[in-house]
Amino acid sequence: MDLMSRLIAMPPFSMPQHQKDGVMLEGLRELCLYHLDHCEEYRRLGKVFDWNPAEARCAEDLPWLPVGIFKTHRLLSVSEHEVYTEVVSSGTSGRRPSRVALDRGTADLQARALSSIMTGVLGKQRRPMIVIDSESVLHDPKSFSARGAGVLGMMRFGRRPFFALDHQMQLREKELSGFLKEHAGESLLIFGFTFMVWEFFLQAVRRLGPDLSSSILIHSGGWKKLQARAVDNADFKAALSSAAGIRRIYNFYGMAEQVGSVFLEGEDGLLYPPVFADVVIRDPISWRPLPPGKEGVLQVLSLIPRSYPGHSLMTEDIGVIESIDSPAAGRLGKGFRIIGRAPESEIRGCSDTFSPPSGRMSDE
Amino acid sequence: MNEKKLKEAFMRAFDLSPDRDFEALGYRKIEAWTSVGHMRLISEIEEIFDVMLDTEEILDLSSFSKAKEILAHHEIDFQH
Repeated sequence: MDLMSRLIAMPPFSMPQHQKDGVMLEGLRELCLYHLDHCEEYRRLGKVFDWNPAEARCAEDLPWLPVGIFKTHRLLSVSEHEVYTEVVSSGTSGRRPSRVALDRGTADLQARALSSIMTGVLGKQRRPMIVIDSESVLHDPKSFSARGAGVLGMMRFGRRPFFALDHQMQLREKELSGFLKEHAGESLLIFGFTFMVWEFFLQAVRRLGPDLSSSILIHSGGWKKLQARAVDNADFKAALSSAAGIRRIYNFYGMAEQVGSVFLEGEDGLLYPPVFADVVIRDPISWRPLPPGKEGVLQVLSLIPRSYPGHSLMTEDIGVIESIDSPAAGRLGKGFRIIGRAPESEIRGCSDTFSPPSGRMSDE
Repeated sequence: MNEKKLKEAFMRAFDLSPDRDFEALGYRKIEAWTSVGHMRLISEIEEIFDVMLDTEEILDLSSFSKAKEILAHHEIDFQH
């Protein structure tokens, strides 16, 4: 069995960090060499910056790309005719969206990876599912919005999906009420984007008052809009617990450029990388890795991307590692938090002059 | 009998005609069998056979013969 198949077959949060460090170095080095061989632009960057993955002593030594590069460049490590679909990030207004191209192999790996993470908290049983979104996010399978990819990916873990919003993004309250009555007492899977869960679902269950104490809520998409309303993770959980008794609530952090590789919240409220992914926090000036407790720019590592060189990406988010192999969490590896978006100026600085270990680069 | 029901599920999910070569169908190999189409196929199969597949089976169900193999684990017989 190859490395990735072995990792996907393992429980997702079962690897101590010292072992993970070795696995990531081996897997990422192989991916770096693969993409240098298969992606013309990646190879050019490697030449300019004198990348030398074979000599890396740890995963932190390996090169990375700024996540924004997928907004401006189409980086492919397969031929055009092998491209099966694209994931397109929603992209904040006025900015270009990211596009990453998937072949069948990478798409399949993404699905299996996500399944290994989610079955860790959901088990194999598929629960009746409420999607806090509109069915229209699933249209046009030739190119998926990140939201559509997220919804579709999660739908595999539920059954008889009920979409709680209509095409105008209005709550289907009457139908939701009917669905809740039909499945009263059952354990449901509820999935939606964090802000939409707060905006639509919380309001609805406050009015309808269902007992969802055996249900599981999974949500993602970022806290920016809720931070503006001074709602944090603890407030979010408390509100849903008091409105509907939901106690099993899991946030995850992930991005369109690394679909399938998500960081799922543990019982301690921290986010954890699965066995085939990891995070590094870096100082935004020196780009040196920072120890736990220090805030810096979040780099995400994943062994999934093969059709495009997205295995090592510098995000535009600020984060901090709070613990490593913490016994309290019941999960091994790095437990981290996202603090928020890097300031605009810093992002530009980051993607214009991001600095791989051996040099500086200005955006082509 | 069950073979016919399974064909029915594929026909409904992907809008296929009955004379189609079902054995040649594959996930992501025909236009309609996209990841969205896949979820439609799963719900058709679950409804027609009154079974519930688990997540792993959903990921493995990538062809007509694979569907028969998976359903056989749910005591649905394709021999007769």
